Amino acid sequence: MQVNGVEIEDTFAEAFRMVGSRILITACSRQWALQAATTMTGFATSVIGCGCEAGLEREVEPEETPDGRPGTSVLLFAMSKKSLADQLIKRIGQCVMTSPTSACYNFLESSETVLVGGKLRYFGDGYQISKLLGGRRFWRIPVMEGEFLIEESFGVQEAVGGGNFLILGQDLESTLRATERAVAEIGKVRGVITPFPGGIVRSGSKVSSKYKFLRASSNTPYCPTIRSLVDSQLSEAVNCVLEIVIDGLEKTEVGEAMRVGIRAACLPGIVRISAGNYGGALGQYHFYLRDILGGTLG
Amino acid sequence: MDKVILRLKERSNIPVEAEAICPDLFLTKSQQEIEELALYYGNKGRRLGDFFQVQGERSDNIVIEGEIPNFKKIGQGMSRGNIHIQGDVGMHLGALMKGGRILVEGNVSDWLGAEMEGGSIRVKGNAGHLVGAAYRGSSRGMRGGEIIVEGDGGSEVGELMRRGLIVIGGRAGDFVGAFLIAGTIVVLGPVGLRPGAGMKRGTIVAFQEPDLLPTFHYNCLCQLSFLRIYLHHLREEDLNIPQEYLGGFYKRYNGDTLELGKGEILVWAGQVA
Repeated sequence: MQVNGVEIEDTFAEAFRMVGSRILITACSRQWALQAATTMTGFATSVIGCGCEAGLEREVEPEETPDGRPGTSVLLFAMSKKSLADQLIKRIGQCVMTSPTSACYNFLESSETVLVGGKLRYFGDGYQISKLLGGRRFWRIPVMEGEFLIEESFGVQEAVGGGNFLILGQDLESTLRATERAVAEIGKVRGVITPFPGGIVRSGSKVSSKYKFLRASSNTPYCPTIRSLVDSQLSEAVNCVLEIVIDGLEKTEVGEAMRVGIRAACLPGIVRISAGNYGGALGQYHFYLRDILGGTLG
Repeated sequence: MDKVILRLKERSNIPVEAEAICPDLFLTKSQQEIEELALYYGNKGRRLGDFFQVQGERSDNIVIEGEIPNFKKIGQGMSRGNIHIQGDVGMHLGALMKGGRILVEGNVSDWLGAEMEGGSIRVKGNAGHLVGAAYRGSSRGMRGGEIIVEGDGGSEVGELMRRGLIVIGGRAGDFVGAFLIAGTIVVLGPVGLRPGAGMKRGTIVAFQEPDLLPTFHYNCLCQLSFLRIYLHHLREEDLNIPQEYLGGFYKRYNGDTLELGKGEILVWAGQVA
C-alpha cells in the first residue's frame, strides 16, 4: 500500500490500556492559562520514566469555561487510577496552584473519579472554603496572590496509551518537516495528545537490553548509524527515523489521530511509514496501519 | 407531558393547609383520588376537590391556576416532579423539599423553602420573611438546593442555612444570613440591617454597600473565581447579571468574629481596584 508514493508497511502499532483524565485550567489571560498547562505537562513524556504522560489537548475559549476566562485542556495518562491521582495531585499542586490567577476544574464526565482538590485543600491550613454548586464541589484555597479554586474530584476513565507510527525518511530535513506536519494535523483531533517534545520522539526504544539492569534500550533496528552492525529494518535509502506517540481517551480517537498523522506525513523525501509493536503479546490494542488508512480501525 | 391541573374554584380568606398538593402523592393517584385528598380549612378537614377543579391524574407535574395566598405547605417535603403556580401562594411553600422544581409566577409568603434539602424554587415576584430559614427551635435551616427570588425578600433570609444557594434579585430585609452555618446568599439589591449577624461560615454577596456590624473585619480587594462561576450560573438562569459584576473587584469582610469568624461578606467594589 502506498500514500503519495510513500510505502505503508503492513504492520501495526501496539498500544496499552491506561487510565486517563482531562483537566481544565483557566487564568486571567490565554498566556497564563498556557503557562500553567505547559508547566504541568513538563517531564511527562513517558510513563516509564516520568510517572505519567501528559500534554496540552487544546486551548479553550472563555465561553466554554465555567468562570468565563481563557482556558487550556490538558490530558494526563497513567497506568493505574492510583498513580493517576498521585500525579494529578503533584502536578496540579506544584504547577497549577503556583501559577498566577489559575483555577483548575474537572473536564471529563465519568462515573469514576479521583480526589484531587479534596486533598490539595489541606494546603489552606484550615482557611480553605468549600462551595457546592449544581452537584460540583469546589475548594477555595487562600494563597498569597488571592485564592486558588479547584474542583474536589476529577473524572477518570480507561484510555489508550502508546499509539504510534514511525516516519522513515531520506534525510533529517525532510523527515522532520513531515513529522512536524503530522503533529500539527494530530493536534486538531480532540481527545488525544502527543506527549514527547514537540510531539516527536527521536529515540524510540525496544524492550530488551544487553545490560541486565536495563529493561529497555535504543531501538537499534531503526538506528541508521549502526545499520550494518545490527539486524536493521532500514533500507539504504533511509537515513533518519522519527516517531510519533499518541495517547487518547478513546481507541477511535487514537486511530483517527494516526490516520490524519500518517496521511500528513506522506511527503516527498519520506520512504516508508512503519509502526512500533512487540509482536502483539504485550499491548491490548493493535492499530493496523493499512486498516486505519482504509477507514477500518484495527 | 402529562400533568395535573388544579383550577381554583374560589379564593379563601381562611388559611388552608395543603401539604397534600405534592408531586410524590399525585404520581400514583387517579383524578378521583386526588379530589379526595385531605386539606385543612382552618381547623376543619375538607377535600381538595372542594377548592379545586382537578384535570388529569397520575403525574408528578402539577399546575395550579389561580391566586392562593392563603394556601400553605404546598410541595412540602416533595422529592421529585414540578409544581407551577400561576399566581400568588402562601407560607411554607417547598419547605423541607428534597428534590424537584417549583416555579411561582406571583408572590410567595413567609418560610419559602424552609429547611429544604434539595431541588430548586424560582419565584418571579417577591418572597416573605425567613426564606430558606430554620424553623424556631431547629438547629439548621436550608441544607441544599437552590432558591431564586427575582423580586424582594423579607427579613432573616437564609437564617441558620447550612448549604445551598439563595438569590434575592431585589431588596433583602434585615438579618440576611443571620447565624449562617455555610452556603451562599446573593443579594442583587440593597441589603437590610445587620447582615450575617452571628454567622460562622458561608458567603453573603452584596452589590450595594451594606451597613456592617463592627464584628466584621475588612481583608482585601479581590477577584474570586468561585464567584464568577456562581454569577455565570445565575446568568444561565436568566437573571440580569451585568458584565462588570463578573470581572469586578470585591471587598472581602470576614465575620462574625463573635462566632467562628470564618464567614464572609463580599461587597462589589466596581471594576477598578
